[in-house]
Amino acid sequence: MSQPEALLRIDGLSVHFGGLVAISDMTFDVHEGEIVSLIGPNGAGKTTAFNAITGYLQPNSGQSLYRGHSLNGLKPNQIADLGVVRTFQKTSVFAGNTVFENVLIGLHRRGSQSLAGALLRLPEMRAEERQLREAATELLVFIGLDKRPDEFASALPYGEQRLLEVAVGLAAQPRLLLLDEPASGMNPSETQDFVNMVARIRARDVTILLVEHDMRVVMGVSDRVVVLNQGKIIAQGAPAVIQRDPEVIRAYLGTGASHA
Amino acid sequence: MDQFLQHVLNALILGGTYALLGIGLTLIFGIMRVVNFTHGELYTFGAYMLFMFVMSMGTNFFLGLVLAIVMGVLLGALTEVVLLRPIRGADIDTTMLVMIGAWIAMQSLEQFTWSGVAKSVNSPFPVDPLVIGPVSVSWGRIFVFAVAILLIVGSHALIHRTRLGKAMRATFQDRETAALMGVKINQIYTATFALGSGLAAAAGALLAPVFVVYPTMGDAAALKSFAIVILGGLGNFWGAAMGGFILAIVEEFGAGYISSGYRDAMGFVLIILVLIFKPTGLFAQKERVG
Amino acid sequence: MSRYMPWLVLLIFASVPLWMQDQYFLHILITSGIFIIAAISLNLLLGYTGQLSLGHVAFFGIGAYASALGSLGFDVEIFGYILVVEPKPVWLAFMFGIVAAGLAGWFIGKISFKVRGAYFVIVTISFAEVVRLVALNWIDLTEGPMALNNIPPVTLWLPGSGETTFWRKLPNYYLVLVVAAIAFELIRRIVQSRIGRALVALRENEPLAMSVGIDVTRYLVIATIVSAAIAGAAGGLYTHYVRIVDPDIFLFIYTVTMVIMVIVGGKGTLWGPVVGGLLFGIMPEFLREVAAPEVQWIIYGVSMILIVFFLPQGIMPAVSRVWRDFRYSPSASAQTTKEGGG
Repeated sequence: MSQPEALLRIDGLSVHFGGLVAISDMTFDVHEGEIVSLIGPNGAGKTTAFNAITGYLQPNSGQSLYRGHSLNGLKPNQIADLGVVRTFQKTSVFAGNTVFENVLIGLHRRGSQSLAGALLRLPEMRAEERQLREAATELLVFIGLDKRPDEFASALPYGEQRLLEVAVGLAAQPRLLLLDEPASGMNPSETQDFVNMVARIRARDVTILLVEHDMRVVMGVSDRVVVLNQGKIIAQGAPAVIQRDPEVIRAYLGTGASHA
Repeated sequence: MDQFLQHVLNALILGGTYALLGIGLTLIFGIMRVVNFTHGELYTFGAYMLFMFVMSMGTNFFLGLVLAIVMGVLLGALTEVVLLRPIRGADIDTTMLVMIGAWIAMQSLEQFTWSGVAKSVNSPFPVDPLVIGPVSVSWGRIFVFAVAILLIVGSHALIHRTRLGKAMRATFQDRETAALMGVKINQIYTATFALGSGLAAAAGALLAPVFVVYPTMGDAAALKSFAIVILGGLGNFWGAAMGGFILAIVEEFGAGYISSGYRDAMGFVLIILVLIFKPTGLFAQKERVG
Repeated sequence: MSRYMPWLVLLIFASVPLWMQDQYFLHILITSGIFIIAAISLNLLLGYTGQLSLGHVAFFGIGAYASALGSLGFDVEIFGYILVVEPKPVWLAFMFGIVAAGLAGWFIGKISFKVRGAYFVIVTISFAEVVRLVALNWIDLTEGPMALNNIPPVTLWLPGSGETTFWRKLPNYYLVLVVAAIAFELIRRIVQSRIGRALVALRENEPLAMSVGIDVTRYLVIATIVSAAIAGAAGGLYTHYVRIVDPDIFLFIYTVTMVIMVIVGGKGTLWGPVVGGLLFGIMPEFLREVAAPEVQWIIYGVSMILIVFFLPQGIMPAVSRVWRDFRYSPSASAQTTKEGGG
């Protein structure tokens, strides 16, 4: 039986800034329905990889293929239109808007209202607005932020802002969701809730590629783990296998350390 | 051919003062990221100061020139401390508005104090121009050129050979790191704004005896300063200097061979073209993100 | 703001001529109204979309000149060809002005958005300067500093009086009021729609907006075109009311006036430009009594600085906050409140 084509195929992706090599000849797959974690020490190039895949950076060589289409040269909004949505490492919400408005903005793709439609307030448009608002409420309930929809995003505690980011990303109807350190800044109980949430996101038919430092999250959710160090992939496989891989341990702890 | 040479000469001389304006603004713009709408007014202020010292108070011309520049430096420092420091960190709209408010207030004050009637400043140089072959140039303008070059070289020395200059360059490259390394950002900003304003005032004072002095003269100067900054790239000293000369050349030849009415437009068309085709400026090496 | 506020305000302004007989004051309201329309349009670009466009007067002036030329007729030589345009009815010329301004907006949108931030400010200022210099020097078309004059006033078919020409202030007042109301409503509909959300998103956090599929360039261009077209309409109103237009209309100081109106009134709010426009349209008249022109401008400059220092968001947000605090204060009746915040 032939291998089903990967949803996302990273093929020889390389990015360098002048003399500095950020990622080098990166190759791995993400299959539909999987949850894959990309881990590695700080500076390994994980966020750079996300930026290169989703159009915020152009790779120097290699390409990212989504369902067989090359993503090279596409702008981030075009890539989102294909169904690939990413979140950001540094908290990124629409600070001046409320929680509800944030998600509503995220639902942009789901709407189709044109300028004429807006100016004339056509009935189809008003119906669409209603649908979008219902969808926003549904998403807030799903993510657990439905209690205070009128609060300004900037007023939320840090952990909840991270959740809001995920909600905004989900609103854009991704088939593939790239989460950049979603659990950073969360306390242990929030982290556990988040781990549960990831499974529920997958149940909505969303494939997930995430970058994470928190090993509880990584071990708790991942089908596969890809380990990056200094821009190169040094291991990939099931979480339990990766945990014991000597290369990986060396990358994290430095040479000369004995494994746990 | 004679005309050509004359144009080149005029462009060189004009370019010197344009370079002063451009360098002054690119320093402020580059280091402080402030859209400095008062730059033109400092130019006007320098001219009026020279007028005041030389014509109203009878001071010696050269001393008056020095004093005018000093006054420009002081006004720049004052503006920065009183208006910019309290709103440090505010978004760009706020800063812009404050600068616009200051520009309006300054120009109106100038109008109020000296009225809208154009003033002239007597030049101590002989009126008869120096004639070298096919070209002629007045002594006054040679002096302007010489002083402009002197100030350009002096500023460059300040920036590259003094501790203050080093701190300014560090702040330009990476403000946070500079602060962590002990650079007093507040002082650097005041010094930068004062220096930039002083150069603008110098340009105004130098050109005062060449043209006439009137309250709105700074507006065209301000717009040209912006053009030069774009030509040369934000924060790029030599870029601004070259930009000043390039603008002067474009204006001189454009006015001479195409149409003099559109003279002032040349600069703007130039910058729109530069921004379309080479947004980082003609000379910038590093990639700039807007 | 409550749903009925716009109607109430409209009603109040509609009633002014009934109790205010002073023609001069009516004139002030008309010119303020024209500026308010321009400020409303600028607010879409500056306030909601967050673009520092400081060349807005170019759109206003292009609308004014295009409408004037359309209604006067013109002949001009371009690259050896002679173009002759017969005078058109004013309402058609007015449309022409809007389209011309909108086109200018499209052009600026396309080229300016390759550059952002401070560079964008400079490009927009430069554009307005170039347009001014063209108006000043292309004498064949624009009469340059001699100005286009004897521009016909608006002629409309009105029920009751048939074809009416708006020679007097009263009909012009109502015309401006109607156009202002339309402009306000158009902006309101945009702002409260999916498009408005996209504009705010790209103002607040552009990378995030892109990550959810918002095409930044497309929306920036939409905002500029709409903004420019409405400014062009204001220009058209100006030209057929004042009936003279010269290149001074493109002076930077008018852009500054519009910017002050928007920011002091409250950028990114619907009523901000209206409040700002009234303030800076009417204030000069009162100041004129007591102070010389230069002193007036000093007062503007200083008051701008003060407002920015003390009310950086402008007047409307401060008013909204006070109103909200008042409504939700403990002494008011127990109502559901927005929790937290503030």
